[in-house]
Amino acid sequence: MAITMTSAAQQHVRKHLEHRAKGVGVRLGVRTTGCSGLSYVLEFVDDALAGDEVFEFDEVKLVIDPKSLLYLDGTELDYVKEGLNEGFEFRNPNVKDECGCGESFHV
Amino acid sequence: MVLLQISEPGQSPQPHQRKHAVGIDLGTTNSLVALVRSGMPETLADQEGHHLMPSIVHYTDEGASAVGYEAAEFNISDPLNTISSAKRLLGRGVSDVMKLGDQLPYEFQGEEAGMPKIKTASGLVSPIQVSAEILRNLVTRAEASLDAMLDGAVITVPAYFDEAQRQATKDAATLAGIKVLRLLSEPTAAAIAYGLDEAKEGVIAIYDLGGGTFDISVLRLSRGVFEVLATGGDSALGGDDFDYAIAQWLCAEIGMGDSLNPMEQRILLETAKAAKEELTESDEVQLEVLDWKGALSREIMDTLIEDLVAKTVRACRRALRDAGVNVGEIDNVVLVGGSTRTPLVRKQVANYFEVEPMCSLDPDCVVAMGAAVQADVLVGNKSGDEMLLLDVIPLSLGIETMGGLIEKIIHRNTTIPVAKAQEFTTYIDGQTAMAIHVLQGERELVDDCRSLARFELRGIPPMVAGAAKIRVTYQVDADGLLNVTARELTSNVESRIEVKPSYGLAEDEITQMLQDSFSYAREDMQARALREQQVEADRMIEDLEAAINKDAEALLSDEEIQCLKIGIEELQQLRIDTLEHRVLARQIEALGKLSESFAARRMDASIKNALAGQSLDDIERS
Repeated sequence: MAITMTSAAQQHVRKHLEHRAKGVGVRLGVRTTGCSGLSYVLEFVDDALAGDEVFEFDEVKLVIDPKSLLYLDGTELDYVKEGLNEGFEFRNPNVKDECGCGESFHV
Repeated sequence: MVLLQISEPGQSPQPHQRKHAVGIDLGTTNSLVALVRSGMPETLADQEGHHLMPSIVHYTDEGASAVGYEAAEFNISDPLNTISSAKRLLGRGVSDVMKLGDQLPYEFQGEEAGMPKIKTASGLVSPIQVSAEILRNLVTRAEASLDAMLDGAVITVPAYFDEAQRQATKDAATLAGIKVLRLLSEPTAAAIAYGLDEAKEGVIAIYDLGGGTFDISVLRLSRGVFEVLATGGDSALGGDDFDYAIAQWLCAEIGMGDSLNPMEQRILLETAKAAKEELTESDEVQLEVLDWKGALSREIMDTLIEDLVAKTVRACRRALRDAGVNVGEIDNVVLVGGSTRTPLVRKQVANYFEVEPMCSLDPDCVVAMGAAVQADVLVGNKSGDEMLLLDVIPLSLGIETMGGLIEKIIHRNTTIPVAKAQEFTTYIDGQTAMAIHVLQGERELVDDCRSLARFELRGIPPMVAGAAKIRVTYQVDADGLLNVTARELTSNVESRIEVKPSYGLAEDEITQMLQDSFSYAREDMQARALREQQVEADRMIEDLEAAINKDAEALLSDEEIQCLKIGIEELQQLRIDTLEHRVLARQIEALGKLSESFAARRMDASIKNALAGQSLDDIERS
C-alpha cells in the first residue's frame, strides 16, 4: 500500500512547514462525516502516533493512520491552481462517488 | 473538486463548515486583500498577477464601470469621473472637504447632514459608495480565489480615524455586502503580521511611508492589548516626492528648462521612479532619457532625498515625545509601505531608533496580512486560546453637564469593547426632560470639544431637583462605534442613540485637540472652576429668592430683607462681570454668611410647625 505526492505538493508542504516553524510533516486521513459518507483530513503533524504509516518524499513526511490508508491507497496528493483558487487535491482511485463539491465521498 | 488547505492538528473543518475570512487594507492609493491559507497569510493577486489594486473607480452614465488598474487608465482622459483618494473624504463633512478642495479635482455637492458627494457622469456619488466599489472588487477576487463565499472580513483603518471615519468605512463594507468582523488599526495590523502580539509587553514603532502619505505610530503592547500612544506624520509626503526630486535632478542634468510639457514631465517622472526602484538593489543605474544618456548612483540619489527622509525622522521624534517614550524604550520598528524599500530610509530609521527595523515581509502587504491573521482568528479557524486583539479609543468620550462643562465617561486609550455608566440627576424641581449631549475630546469645556450627538430623555416623572436618578451608559463596540443610553431608574423611561456623526475630523485636528488639551490645561482648569462657581451662584440665588418669597415676611425685618436682596444683586452682577472663580467663590460665601441667620430661623420655624400640637411623649416615642 502506498501513496504519492507531486513535486508541487512537496514544495507547498515544505513552505508551510517552514512558516509554521514546528511540526514533522502533514497528516492525510479520512473520517466519516459529510453528505456523502467520508471526508478528507489534511493537518500538520506535531507528533506521529503509534501505528502511523510514514511516507517520505525528499524529506517531506506524509503521515497516515492504518485505517485511513485503506481508503487512500494509491492516492496522489497534488497542489493545483484553478484560476485564482489554489490548494491541495487528493487524487484517490478508490472513490466511487462524491458529492457535488467533492468535499465528501464514498468508496 | 474542492481544494484543501492544511489545518492545525485536530482542527480539520467538517465538509461545508469551513469558514472563510479575509483581511482588507483599504488604502488611499492602493488596496489589497489577503487570507490565511494553511496557516500562512498571503495577499491575493488578480488574473494579471497584480497584488495591489489602485483605489480608483471610474464612473460612466451607466454607473461604476471600472475599478483598479482599468479605472486608472481614465485618469488623464476623464479625470472628473475617475475617483481616486476617496479615503481622504470618508467620514468628512462638506467644510472639511472644501479645505482639501485644492488637491482634489472633483466637483462636490454638500447635502444630507453634511455628507459630501461627488458629481460624476452617473450622478452624485458619495465617498462611501466609491469605497464600497473597491471593497466589492477585492471581495470578488477573494471569493474567486477561495471558490467560496466569504463569511466576513477585517478591514484596516488608520489609527487616527475617529468615530465618523470608522463608521463610514463600516458603511462602505455594508454597502458592498461584506460582514465586517472588526475594524483594525493599520499599525496594529502591521505588528500582528510580524507576530509581535505574541510577546506580552513591548513598545513598537510603525513607520509607514507610502506613495503620498507618511504615518508614524507608537504602540504599547501590554497584556495582549495594543494601545496607541501617539500618531504623527505628514499627509503630503511619500515616495512620489522622491521621484519628483530625482526628476528635478534629471531635468538639471539634461539641461531642460523649467517649462516642460506634460509629456516630458511624465517621461522624467517615470524614468525617476524606475531609477529609484533599481537603486534599491544596485549601486548605480544607467539612464536614457530623450536624447540624454547618463548614470545615477545611489550616493547621488541619497543626497537628493536626504531632506525628505530627515523630515520623516523629525516626525518620528515628535511622535516619541508625544508618546512620552525614549528612543531606547522602543523594542521593535516595523516598516510599512513601498517607499520603505529605499535603502536610505532603512538606514536612517535604523540610526534613529537604534534597532534594525523589521522588513522581512513585503512592506506593501504587511497591513493586509496582519488583518488576514486577525480575520482568521475572529471567524473561528484558530483554537480558543488564540489571543483576541483589542483596540483602544483615540479620544475621550464625554457628556455635557451644567455650565457647558464636560464630564468624561470613557477616557481615551480605554480598551474596547467597553461600557461605562454614570448617574446624573435633575437640576430643577419638576423637570421632566433632560438633554444629553455626547462629546469627544480632551478639553474641559463643551465649546472646545467635538459634538457627536444630542438627544433627549423625556417622560421623567416630576420630582424635586436631585431626586431623579438618570443612568447614562456609553457603550463602545469592538469597532469603536458608540451607543448611548439614558434611563431614569425609578420609572425606567429610556432613550438611546447610536452615534453616527455626519462628518469627521482630520488627523491633524485630532492631534491638535490632544495638544490643545495639554497646552490649555491651565486655562481649562480655570474655566472649569469658574463655571462651577457660576453654577453654584445661580443655584444659591434661585434658592434664596424662593425662600425670601415664601418666608421673609414672617421671619425677617424689612431691613434684613433689603440687606439680603442687595447681597443677591451683588452676586448676580459679579456672576456676569468676573472671570475669577475665586472672587466669585468669596462672594458666594459672603452671601451664604449673610443668609445664615435667615436659614436658621426658617429651620426653627419649620421644626416648630412640625412639633406644634404634639405632646413631648409623642415625639419621644416616635
